Amino acid sequence: MPSAEQFEPEIVAFSCHYCAYAAADLAGVMRLQYPTNIKIVKLPCSGTVDILYILKAFEQGADGVFVAGCLKEGCHFIEGNLRAERRVERAKNLLDKIGLGKDRVEMFFMSSAEGGRFSEVAREMTERIRKLGPSPIKGG
Amino acid sequence: MAKKLESEKVGAVLIIGGGIGGIQASLDLAESGYKVYLVEDSPAIGGVMAQLDKTLPTNDCSMCILSPKLVECGRHLNIDLLTYSEVLGVKGEPGNFTVSIKKKARFVDTAKCTGCGVCAQGCPIIMPNEFDEGLGERKAIYTPYLQAVPRTYAIDKREERPCHAACKEACPIHMNVQGYAALIAEGKFKEAYDLIRSTNPLPAVCGRVCYAPCEEACNRSQLDEPIASRALKRFAADQIDIESYEVPQITKNGKRVAIVGSGPGGLAAAHDLALNGYEVTVFEVLPEPGGMLRYGIPAYRLPKDILSRDIGYIEKLGVDIKTNVEIGKEITLEQLRQDYQAVFIASGAPRSLRLDIPGEDSTGVIHAIEFLRRVNNREKVDVGKRVAVIGGGNAAMDAARVARRLRAEVKVIYRRSRSEMPANDEEVRAAEEEGIDIIFLANPVRVITAGGKVSKLECIKMKLGEPDDSGRRRPVPIEGSEFIIDVNTVIPALGQAPDVEFAREAGLKITGRETITVNEATLATNIDGLFAGGDVVTGPAMVIEAIAAGKKAALSIDEYLKGETLTAKSDERALQELNEDEIVALKKRFGLKNRVKSKQLKPETRIKSFKEVEKVYSVAAARKEARRCLASQIEGCFECRECEKRCEADAINHEMQDEYLDINVGSIIMSPGLDEYEPSSLINYGYGKYPDVVTSIQFERMLNASGPFHGELVRPSDKKPPQKIAWIQCVGSRDESNNAGYCSSVCCTYAIKQAIIAKEHAPHKLDTTIFFIDVRTFGKGYEQYYHRAEEEYKVRCVRSRIFSVEQVKNTGNLLLRYAEEDGTLKNEEFDLVVLSVGFQPSAKGVKLAERLNIDLNKYRFCQTGEFSPVATSRPGIFVTGAFQAPKDIPETVIQASAAAANSSALLSSARHTLAVEKEYPAEKDVSGEPPRVGVFICHCGINIGGYVNVPEVKEYAATLPNVVFVDRNLYTCSQDTQEKIKEKIKEYGLNRVVVASCTPRTHEPLFQETIREAGLNRFLFEMANIRDQCSWVHMHEPKKATEKAKGLIRMAVARVALLEPLHKVTLGLSHDALVIGGGVAGMTAALNLAEQGFKTYLVEREKELGGWTRKIHLSLNGESPQGFLKSLIERVEANPRIEVLIDTVVVKTDGFIGNFKTTLASENGQKQRFVEHGVIIVASGAKEYRGSEYLLGQNKNVLTLSDLEEKIIGSPQEITSAKDIAMILCARPPGKNHDYCSRVCCTVAVKNALKIKEINPGANIYILYKDVRTYGFKEELYTKARKEGIIFIRYSNDRLPRAGSIDGKLEVVTFDPILGEELILSPDFLVLATPIVPSEGNEELSKILKVPLTEEGFFHEAHVKLAPVDFASEGIFLCGTAHSPKFIDETIAQAQAAAGRATTILAKQQLEVGGAVCQVNAEKCKACLTCVRVCPYDVPYINEDGVAVIEVAKCRGCGVCAAECPREAIQLLNYKKEQVIVKSQALLTPIG
Repeated sequence: MPSAEQFEPEIVAFSCHYCAYAAADLAGVMRLQYPTNIKIVKLPCSGTVDILYILKAFEQGADGVFVAGCLKEGCHFIEGNLRAERRVERAKNLLDKIGLGKDRVEMFFMSSAEGGRFSEVAREMTERIRKLGPSPIKGG
Repeated sequence: MAKKLESEKVGAVLIIGGGIGGIQASLDLAESGYKVYLVEDSPAIGGVMAQLDKTLPTNDCSMCILSPKLVECGRHLNIDLLTYSEVLGVKGEPGNFTVSIKKKARFVDTAKCTGCGVCAQGCPIIMPNEFDEGLGERKAIYTPYLQAVPRTYAIDKREERPCHAACKEACPIHMNVQGYAALIAEGKFKEAYDLIRSTNPLPAVCGRVCYAPCEEACNRSQLDEPIASRALKRFAADQIDIESYEVPQITKNGKRVAIVGSGPGGLAAAHDLALNGYEVTVFEVLPEPGGMLRYGIPAYRLPKDILSRDIGYIEKLGVDIKTNVEIGKEITLEQLRQDYQAVFIASGAPRSLRLDIPGEDSTGVIHAIEFLRRVNNREKVDVGKRVAVIGGGNAAMDAARVARRLRAEVKVIYRRSRSEMPANDEEVRAAEEEGIDIIFLANPVRVITAGGKVSKLECIKMKLGEPDDSGRRRPVPIEGSEFIIDVNTVIPALGQAPDVEFAREAGLKITGRETITVNEATLATNIDGLFAGGDVVTGPAMVIEAIAAGKKAALSIDEYLKGETLTAKSDERALQELNEDEIVALKKRFGLKNRVKSKQLKPETRIKSFKEVEKVYSVAAARKEARRCLASQIEGCFECRECEKRCEADAINHEMQDEYLDINVGSIIMSPGLDEYEPSSLINYGYGKYPDVVTSIQFERMLNASGPFHGELVRPSDKKPPQKIAWIQCVGSRDESNNAGYCSSVCCTYAIKQAIIAKEHAPHKLDTTIFFIDVRTFGKGYEQYYHRAEEEYKVRCVRSRIFSVEQVKNTGNLLLRYAEEDGTLKNEEFDLVVLSVGFQPSAKGVKLAERLNIDLNKYRFCQTGEFSPVATSRPGIFVTGAFQAPKDIPETVIQASAAAANSSALLSSARHTLAVEKEYPAEKDVSGEPPRVGVFICHCGINIGGYVNVPEVKEYAATLPNVVFVDRNLYTCSQDTQEKIKEKIKEYGLNRVVVASCTPRTHEPLFQETIREAGLNRFLFEMANIRDQCSWVHMHEPKKATEKAKGLIRMAVARVALLEPLHKVTLGLSHDALVIGGGVAGMTAALNLAEQGFKTYLVEREKELGGWTRKIHLSLNGESPQGFLKSLIERVEANPRIEVLIDTVVVKTDGFIGNFKTTLASENGQKQRFVEHGVIIVASGAKEYRGSEYLLGQNKNVLTLSDLEEKIIGSPQEITSAKDIAMILCARPPGKNHDYCSRVCCTVAVKNALKIKEINPGANIYILYKDVRTYGFKEELYTKARKEGIIFIRYSNDRLPRAGSIDGKLEVVTFDPILGEELILSPDFLVLATPIVPSEGNEELSKILKVPLTEEGFFHEAHVKLAPVDFASEGIFLCGTAHSPKFIDETIAQAQAAAGRATTILAKQQLEVGGAVCQVNAEKCKACLTCVRVCPYDVPYINEDGVAVIEVAKCRGCGVCAAECPREAIQLLNYKKEQVIVKSQALLTPIG
């Protein structure tokens, strides 16, 4: 197993158009640096995230996944983010059951003005997944 | 005639002010078929709302809800954003105004700027950031905030300068001294040199020998000492190796210019002309070029290699210098005229003036110029042991100091005294330091020789007589005072003169002073094509003056050779000295600092050689000295042009000028916003004195994640998290002494919000205390918010006016002194104090109102009528927002839509005449075609290209499946690239396009538009965000960033191949409206719609129109409510487009936006009627609560507020005979559903009390209250009431007043917290301010229309802030008291707003629906109701076939149902499962 230093996890971030994606853009405008491991898939709402998307990403070899939506109470589509949160909870349980561990997937809430928060989340997730090591599904 | 006038109306509206009010009005009107010009004074729209952190009462992120509106406004086809512009005046009449507008130069081309920000990174000027309220900093080139629209930078060039850069004005070539000082201070030495070079062709030379008029003029000398600008220039020059300095590409123009003389003037002209493409030949009589620089100035001041290097660079520009050529001998001026198209004579002043004394021609007498020339030419000159130099100018000093270096004892003989010496003071001092003896007031009379050589010099003493022409006192010989000194060499240095023989021969006009005659403004001589300048024209002068002449000649020659008329090149700029106040202010701001001295060789060392005396600054010394420059620190942009060099889009234009334009519009909406109260003058609060006393708007920025502290809650002084924060309310509000006798309406609630958000920010225990007079949370949901703050968040609210804020010495904490309600005095320490500052009328708005001739009220807010809340005193001009009165965001948005509705009603005959709709080519059918993907990769200047290896990415993209074409562009968003994309789509038959550049949030619509113009469906497009989410966030990892960019493009290419064309469906619509409720709200809405040309059904359940207003008789400002109501009813009934249906209710409504079908019933359901309409406006009103509290209904002398009003009007004698009247405010029944503020009751009670006082001055009136909420200008009534002796007694929730009746006589008992005891009142009447409660029909109506109610039973709008009259269900709107309790003016505004919003639908010819919406696969659907349950908008329903249906027109496209559908029967188009999953697949397991 490669050491935590060498291992570069692949992390898929499902982000809602109105807040999380905008926050990621703002991190860019503010030139806040974070690791390159995060790749964003933009969706209209975090509530668009089907649990299938999360599971498929792991099947395809992702080491980590996160879903990022608007602040609680602040969802552009009223409560899509809360539904996403529940789906992430379900995904966590499933991942736990199949031995991947629930920590490889996470839900985050942020406003479009929180560029700093996005970069923090990106760093936090990268570190977390680096520690967990490569997904056992990968290459297996 | 009337018809003609109608046709003259202009279908365009001018909106002034780009805050949320202006934005909302713009969007409403643009969507209603009008052309909109939105003028904003600052560089970007957004206003105060953009500065806010969270909004109340939902704690939404302000930017999150504002930003989509900004973007929409920025890209709307029918909105022209005129940012950085101001309105100068308006002519014309309603329907047809001509507006003159000044577009201020922003020095950045909006069409070219991509907002990348590279310019700002290079800008050396740091200025306080207004957007962060001075807590943060920005550059001189800036965009006000990160999400700004338009995202175009602007350069701040201050018009009013606190420190005027006098140096630049004083310099003959106007060198940008403060510019290079700022760059040196920043450590940008190369940039500083570049800037110097841009005006000065001889930087290293001038850095040494310039006599620096800039230093003489320097403003800093009025504080302490001038900036050492010459030494700084030398420092910059010495950092550069001129021999490897880049030579620009010059395109030769084939024209030839000859220059006579290679001194500074000739060289400067040669330099500038060569850069302009001329072939320049310089003719020099001496063996080496440089003129006096080489042969006059000694090497210890200007080392010869330094001079050679500066000249060498000029030669590299292509200048040919021919030495040893004497004009008039080797070649004549006539010959030059034939061989060259123009000639510049800069032959200097090489001739020495004679002493004219006996013995002058003896061996041993050598004139200074000759002497210096020979020494500088490295000839051996024997001066013997003793030398006398005659003269007091710089040449004399040079000669003396050179002679000293030849080991001689040197005496300088000067005929006047020290103060008349023309030599530069430093030179004289240096000479003295080197041991040179200056004999003042002496003059030689005879040279005495011995053996054919000079041996002695006889002199005579002088005295000073009367002043001569030069203003100096004339020296007069003292008879008999002759004296003799021993000398070996005499060096006369009396001055120089030009040698103009060759010029005279050629026919040039010569002056009596033996100089060439020229036109001073152009330097043209009397002979065509011949120019002259420098010493040959002026006589001996400074090096920098010769350079200036050379530059001037170069400009004139350029004009001459282009065949243009010669223009005057004015050198003179008026110098302005600082005044005393400015000096004091600057001293205070910058402190005193003497200049950093440059090191010099010691005198005893320097006389031993010709080594350079002055040493160059060290880096530290240079930066320290440069930082002393005041102008560079406060002047804004000084045109160092660093931005220009960095901007790859070529968007910077420092020469941009203000533009003036006239536009034609039909109406005008003013929305200039507000100014926050500036609290410095309230000295007892310590604002401006203590850093931890901040204003509420500063606190907003402190809380904000993109604010100065990045959202970390710390106090400004020590950046430590505060533990205890205090808010002081009513700063600049409710303060008559500051002409702010009004209430600012919003401060109480925003302080509560800030306290809550601050608590959320600080995970540790944070104490928050709000010191208030009355808590005025009167908005919808605000009272509940206040209670939550106290109960859940434990925000402490203390009823007290703060006397003073003082700093505690040791801790820096702030001590607040205040009195509690019972009078106990308290001292309490806080570590941060927030002043809740009130609203002032916008100063810009006041100026605007004056220009537009609009009436203002006594506080200088815009004057409006009680029943015309958005109309100004000038017809056709409307107002919205805080300039009308202090108000919050929803009220502003309501007024904005109302103003739009008024404009729309005025201009409806011109609707759709100026608004444009674009036409597109037919769409290409790509079905069945294999994907052919084109990928366009953007460098974004260096923003992507500087970090991501774009060529490598391009090669990689070409290998991806389905990709048939890849290109890379400097800026993919530029107009020429759009054309290129269209060409490539045709050339390569592309049917899918990927752009890899910045963010789709701002740029997707642009590219979609491009591919649509090329005949592709907009949805066959995908972006890869390789800038904001790649190159910018991985700047230090170029390899990894490149790999990530490849991954993102791989994902985009994979997805785009699976995308399908989507089409919006166009639907017809009904242009009729249904308005429910016939009160003021419903009638106003109906009337506006009808005036706009829309047929309107106005439904009223009662038997007559008028609603609650029928019971209102007394107005607030003297206008008559009943008079108003009567005329409104008449207008409604008379309008042919309004069908009034009284005694009618809504039974059933089906359909959706644009296509509603409603069943109405009248006469108790006997009669039914069916109507079709495009929109619905709910205006069902509210009513006064009548319960049994406080004996209401039991004692006839207990009245509600409306009872009282009817009594005042109906039987005033009962009132005039009353002795005591008591009123209880907030007379609410118990229960949570009544825990809201009814907004109007305090004011109505005060209004009625004043009326009673008017008709019965002797009556005692007691008002029992919890908080008096007379917000806005209604505060004046409260003030008046107290002045008139109406007694206000506070009560609290834990000790409510009690009412009883003894023998029919009323008794009211209440606890007075000030006296601390119970009071017993025996009033003749007890008046109760009972709450305003929802209409009974609301519940049923909410079910019929499927629109929600609040807990209290009022209708619930789509969004509290930005959609205050919309329901979440599209096409349905609300207004008036159906929304929440409000005054008539507020109701009218909201009703007009609802009509305005409805117009955005009714004005459409057809509705476009669909696109990326959800679609049900009927075969898979098992009608499990999951979609019905999860849809946030109640869109899906199960049809008769037992299958879920999602109406295309209603779906918002969030995809929640698709994600939850257990049978995968629902797909969100454009985000179908496979279209999403393919992205992670392409990233993780790429195919191919």
